Amino acid sequence: MNGFALVAHQFRYDQKAFWRNPASVFFTVMFPVIVFLILAVVFNGETVNVRGGVAATTYYVPAIMSLSIISATMQTLAMTLVIAREDGRLKRGRGTPMPPWVFIAGRVGNSIVVALMMLVLLATIGGLLYGVSVPWERLPEILLTLVVGAASFCCLGIALTAAIPSQDAAAAIVNALLLPLYFLSGVFIPEDQLPNGVISFADIFPVRHFFDAFFDAYVPAGGPAVSWDNLAVVAAWGVAGLLLAIKFFRWTPRSG
Amino acid sequence: MSYGATEAVRGIDLEVDRGEVFAFLGPNGAGKTTTVEILEGYRRRTGGEVTVLGEDPQRAGREWRERIGIVLQSGRLDPYLTVRESLDLYAGYFQAPLPTEDVIALIGLEGKADERASRLSGGQQRRLDVGMALVGDPELLFLDEPTTGFDPSARRQAWDVIAGLRDLGKTVFLTTHYMDEAQRLADRVTIIATGQIVAQGTPGDLGERDTGETTIRYRADGREVVLQTTDPVKTLHELTGAALAKGEELEGLEVTRPSLEDVYLELTK
Repeated sequence: MNGFALVAHQFRYDQKAFWRNPASVFFTVMFPVIVFLILAVVFNGETVNVRGGVAATTYYVPAIMSLSIISATMQTLAMTLVIAREDGRLKRGRGTPMPPWVFIAGRVGNSIVVALMMLVLLATIGGLLYGVSVPWERLPEILLTLVVGAASFCCLGIALTAAIPSQDAAAAIVNALLLPLYFLSGVFIPEDQLPNGVISFADIFPVRHFFDAFFDAYVPAGGPAVSWDNLAVVAAWGVAGLLLAIKFFRWTPRSG
Repeated sequence: MSYGATEAVRGIDLEVDRGEVFAFLGPNGAGKTTTVEILEGYRRRTGGEVTVLGEDPQRAGREWRERIGIVLQSGRLDPYLTVRESLDLYAGYFQAPLPTEDVIALIGLEGKADERASRLSGGQQRRLDVGMALVGDPELLFLDEPTTGFDPSARRQAWDVIAGLRDLGKTVFLTTHYMDEAQRLADRVTIIATGQIVAQGTPGDLGERDTGETTIRYRADGREVVLQTTDPVKTLHELTGAALAKGEELEGLEVTRPSLEDVYLELTK
C-alpha cells in the first residue's frame, strides 16, 4: 500500500476502536452534548453581553463546539496515545514496516473526523431545540477555523503525552489542564460575567483564542468571520506543540 | 551493550541458523531482553557487531522489517478490536501478508475470530500476539518470554503454536526463563546469566545426561542417606548386595539423574 492507502487503512481501525470505547464515546461525544443541554436549559432566555448582545443559547453553540473540537483532538489523542504507549502497542507497531507517521496520521484523521461530526451534531441540536441558526454562508470560515484549531490541538495533545507518565495519570493531567481553562475562557461561564483579569489570564492560553476565533466564525453578530490574530496565536501554540512532540514523543512504555 | 551506567550484557557471541528454533535461556535480569531488543533494532548497542538477516538492525529499514516478526515480552492488544480485525490491521502493514484465515488457524483461534481481544484469556491473547507477528509472513520471528505467567494448559497450546512455526520453516529466536520450554521447543540453547553466556548446545548436550553425577537416596535407621556417584551401577550393586547380605531393607530407595533443570540452576547460580 502507498502512504495514503496506509493512512486510510489505519484510520478505519482507529474509527472502530474509537466508537467501541465507552470512555471515548462518553467524554468526546456525550459529555459535550450534556453540558450544552444543561447550560442551554439554565441560561435560556438570557442575553450574553458580548458583540452587542447574543442569546445565551446562541453563545453556547460555538462555545461547546470549541470544547468538542479540543476534546476530540487534544484530549482524545493525549489519552489514547498514552494508553497505547503504555500497553506496548506503539512499540509493537514500530516493529513492523509501517512508517511511524502513518500511525499518527491515522489517529489525527480520526480526531478531525470526530470533531467534524460533533460540529454537525451540536449545530443540529442547537438548531432544533433552540432555533440557533446555522450560518451556512460562513461555512468556509468555520471550516478554516476548525482545521487550524484541530491541527494545533492535535499537536498539543501529542506533545502532552510526553508529560504523562502512566495510563492512570492521563485523565487527571488532561482534565487538570483543560477544565480550568474552559471555565476561565468563557466556555462554561459567559464571558461578560468573568472579571477582566480572568480573561487576560486566559488570553495566555490557546483555548481562549480558539473559542474567540470560533465564535467569530460562527456568530454573524461578531466581527469579521476570520479572526486572524486569534488563529495566529492558536497556530503558534500548535507549532510549539509540534516541535515538542517531535523532540519528546516516545513509542516505548515509560513503565516496565 | 549498556543500559544506563551498568553494562547489561557483554561479550555475547551468538549465531542462529536459518530454520532453527534457538532458545536464549536465562533467569530474570540476565540480559535476555536487552540482547533481543538490540537484535530487533529497538535498542542501540554501545559496542560489538550485530547482523540480522544480513543487515545491522540499528540501520535497517522497511525492507528488513518486512522479513521479521516480533512478539514483545509485555505487549497488550487493542481491547476493542476482534481477533480478525487485529490481524487484518497488521496484515495491511506488510507487502505480502499471509491470508488472515490461515493465521487464525495457525494460532488455533478459529472459534474466537470475531471475539474482541478484551474477551480472550491470557493464553489466547498471547497467541493473537504471535499471530500479529506472523501475519507478515516473516522469515525470522522473535518471541520474548512467550509463556511467562501462563497456566499449564495455556503453555501447552502456546508451545504447539511455536512448534508449528518450525514446521513452516521459520527461524525462531526464543527467550525464556523456563528450562522445560527450551528443552521442548529448541534445536539449540544458549544459557545467559548476569550478562554473560555460560553454556551453549543442544538441549541433550546441556543435560550432560551421560556424564553427570547420579544421586542415590535411601533411609537407614530413620536418617536419610544421599550418595553422589559417577558409576551408579557399581555403587548400587555394592549397596544392595550389602543390604541383602545383612537382610536389611533400603527404605525409600531412589536413583535420580541430573535433570536439565538442575544443570540450568547450577549454571545460573
